[in-house]
Amino acid sequence: MELLIRNGFVYDPINGVDGEKMDIAVKDGKIVERVNERKAKKIDASGMIVMPGGVDIHCHIAGSEVNSGRLLRPEDHFRDFERKTAVTRSGVGYSIPSTFTTGYRYSRMGYTTIMNPSMPPLEAKHTHEELSDTPMVDKASYPLLGDWWFTLEYLRDGKIEECARHVAWMITSTKGYAIKIVNPGGLEAWGFGGNVKSLDDQIPYFCITPREILRGLCKVNRLLNLPHTIHVHTNNLGKPGNYLTALETMKCVEDLASDNKPAIHITHCQFSAFKGSDWRTLESGAEEIANYVNAHSHVTLDMGQVIFTDTTTMTADGPFQYTLYELSGNKWVNHDVETETSAGIVPFHYRRKSYVHAIQWSIGLELALLIKDPWKIFLTTDHPNGGPFTSYPKIIAWLMSRKAREAALKRINPRARSRSLLPSINRELSFKEIAVMTRAGQAKALGLKNKGHLGLGANADIAIYNLNPETIDPSRKFRTVRKAFKRAAYTIKNGKIVVKNGEIVKHLEGATMWLDVKVSESAKITEDMRRRFREYWTVECENYPVTENYLEVSHPINVEAKV
Amino acid sequence: MITLTPKNEFRFPIIAECINPDIFYGKTPKEIEELGIWEGNKQKKLGELFKVEETKMENPEGKEIITINGNVSKVRRIGAGMKSGEIIVHGDVGMHLGEEMKGGKIIVHGNVGGWAGSMMKGGTIEIHGNVGDYLGAPYRGSSEGMRGGKIFVYGNVGNEAGAYMKNGLIKIYGNAGQFLGLRMRDGTIYVQKDSGGRVGACMKGGKIVIGGFLEFVLPTFTIESIKEKVKIEEGETVAGPFYLFLGDLVENGEGKLYVLKEKNPHLSHYERLL
Repeated sequence: MELLIRNGFVYDPINGVDGEKMDIAVKDGKIVERVNERKAKKIDASGMIVMPGGVDIHCHIAGSEVNSGRLLRPEDHFRDFERKTAVTRSGVGYSIPSTFTTGYRYSRMGYTTIMNPSMPPLEAKHTHEELSDTPMVDKASYPLLGDWWFTLEYLRDGKIEECARHVAWMITSTKGYAIKIVNPGGLEAWGFGGNVKSLDDQIPYFCITPREILRGLCKVNRLLNLPHTIHVHTNNLGKPGNYLTALETMKCVEDLASDNKPAIHITHCQFSAFKGSDWRTLESGAEEIANYVNAHSHVTLDMGQVIFTDTTTMTADGPFQYTLYELSGNKWVNHDVETETSAGIVPFHYRRKSYVHAIQWSIGLELALLIKDPWKIFLTTDHPNGGPFTSYPKIIAWLMSRKAREAALKRINPRARSRSLLPSINRELSFKEIAVMTRAGQAKALGLKNKGHLGLGANADIAIYNLNPETIDPSRKFRTVRKAFKRAAYTIKNGKIVVKNGEIVKHLEGATMWLDVKVSESAKITEDMRRRFREYWTVECENYPVTENYLEVSHPINVEAKV
Repeated sequence: MITLTPKNEFRFPIIAECINPDIFYGKTPKEIEELGIWEGNKQKKLGELFKVEETKMENPEGKEIITINGNVSKVRRIGAGMKSGEIIVHGDVGMHLGEEMKGGKIIVHGNVGGWAGSMMKGGTIEIHGNVGDYLGAPYRGSSEGMRGGKIFVYGNVGNEAGAYMKNGLIKIYGNAGQFLGLRMRDGTIYVQKDSGGRVGACMKGGKIVIGGFLEFVLPTFTIESIKEKVKIEEGETVAGPFYLFLGDLVENGEGKLYVLKEKNPHLSHYERLL
């Protein structure tokens, strides 16, 4: 099928296109030079913005953890439900939408690729079954390998190459996309009721420190040539004073970066940018982190913005979730995934009038505005931890308009308002910078070559928003901007129109991307490993890998490793 | 005044949030008949299931009064979210009566299903019959209990009445089931007769008064004193003496549980702890 998008204002930062009026031609799901104008279906995009389809680098949308969250929160669903239509299936929201609804809601906002972080390897099959039921978007998942016993042992023994081969086997057999590290060492320590407090604390029984895990896996990542960097949820997350840990984490892999390429991605950085000694004296550490990131090129971040709403927090960071339960007194789930990792879920209400929550809200925006290069910081809410992904348009409005921020500032806790750095920041992002933060930058950081841009040969994943950059001033008309990003005029996935005027018009299965890592000598499944699987896991080693037939639409990406 | 009479006996559950004085107000019987309701999985019109009659009378405050004559025990969500006016039912009523109501009055001369007055914020519900479980309790999983208003029950109630209650008053003139005032934070619950066990489990605040037999007090409650009388609401006190227990200590709670001394001689061993 051929498609011609005419006269739109195109924002394609990867190819250096900044709001130029041009036509985009699509043929067989790819962007092409030209199409037969008489035959092609035409979309008149005059007076509209054309961007590559949105990419989300970090959102918990599938897996056992998300599903437990759904079970835990019937009250989250009963006010927010969607009836089935001729095209779509029914489903419920709000903070943890059912799988189909997740796909539809992303698609309505013009998103076409989403990444599900934190997949416990044991739950990989479950995660992939849910991902297969998430339509409209391409997706991938990051297995949790930071507290994986075998990794810890290889790293303790200094066997980097063996570790790399093992990680390659793990990524391929869990059908994962990147190495996810959550509170390195802390999760293993949580198995014994403890936690680690700094990068140099020893992990019980393994005689290894978080620093060694981070550095080791960063080296492994390079040896394997993985498209994304290590994806790190820092130690001490959500504790006052933890901005120092975040800085330390970034510093610890500084020397491992080369060619100005990023070596580490710090995810939901807002939760790692707390200054102060306790909750009463909490302040924003955004400035220090921004200064560091502005001066270094080996780091990328995502915001983890907080939205004032009732949401559900879920991470693999068991000890942090326990702290959160103690703070909130809400119902909770805490789970030890056999020998692999932990998990926790706590419903949480971020309130405007709470000092801590208001400061958190401010930190996220400060990070995004103080870091000068939009290629280094991406827009996320760490869905659903900071708020549901459906609030991205709100964040876009805050980033583009000082007036919108002031309106929100007026309503927050007065003490937090007086301590916030936001009133002193005049920066207002342009449409190009928003395009970087919501698609181009994320695709680049993920190493997705055919996504996040509209160059020749790229996937025809396109979002069109009904906004005219020539006539509209986003800093004053922020409500119009918010509305436009909430309901895309068109979303085009694989060259097909799937959303028109914010409504789904076509149901489409997205592909599950995974890395097929080719190593010269494959990892040894030793007798010792088999024995341990038999003794400590509920699943035998032979049944452990996820086979390709688990994926509805499989999209393997070949990676040539250096080992 | 609008009178609704069921045309025949209902076989399927009916969801009828439109039976609400705020919605009926200012509408002619014809318009009321056109309002949509669900019978099972079928969308129907109110007029298909109910006979709608209007009785002209003086409504001095401009409020609507709805009278329902007949058995509506399969009809759910009557008066949900109502803000003013009155609903009078002569017969049994189904679940979710007056859910999230903010004002007005509901009077039922019959029995009521579960979740009556669930998540209520204001207004009054008067029930001259028995009530099912979860009276004034929140929706499943939610912690937003009753925040205001008054519920009077002249019969018995089921389990978990007043769960997660934050404010308001529940007065029960009959017996109560188990877990009365579960996780309650504030407000008052009064039971004139007996109550099932585990009263006030996990309560953090508020007041529960038991005027009848209570088999046992949870071990996480501690006796504080013996009180001669207890205030239920402005202008109403109940004469005792009452044992006053504080709890639930598992939650560091400061809730007050009053149990009538006269009806509970088996609790006298607590007295030596005073």
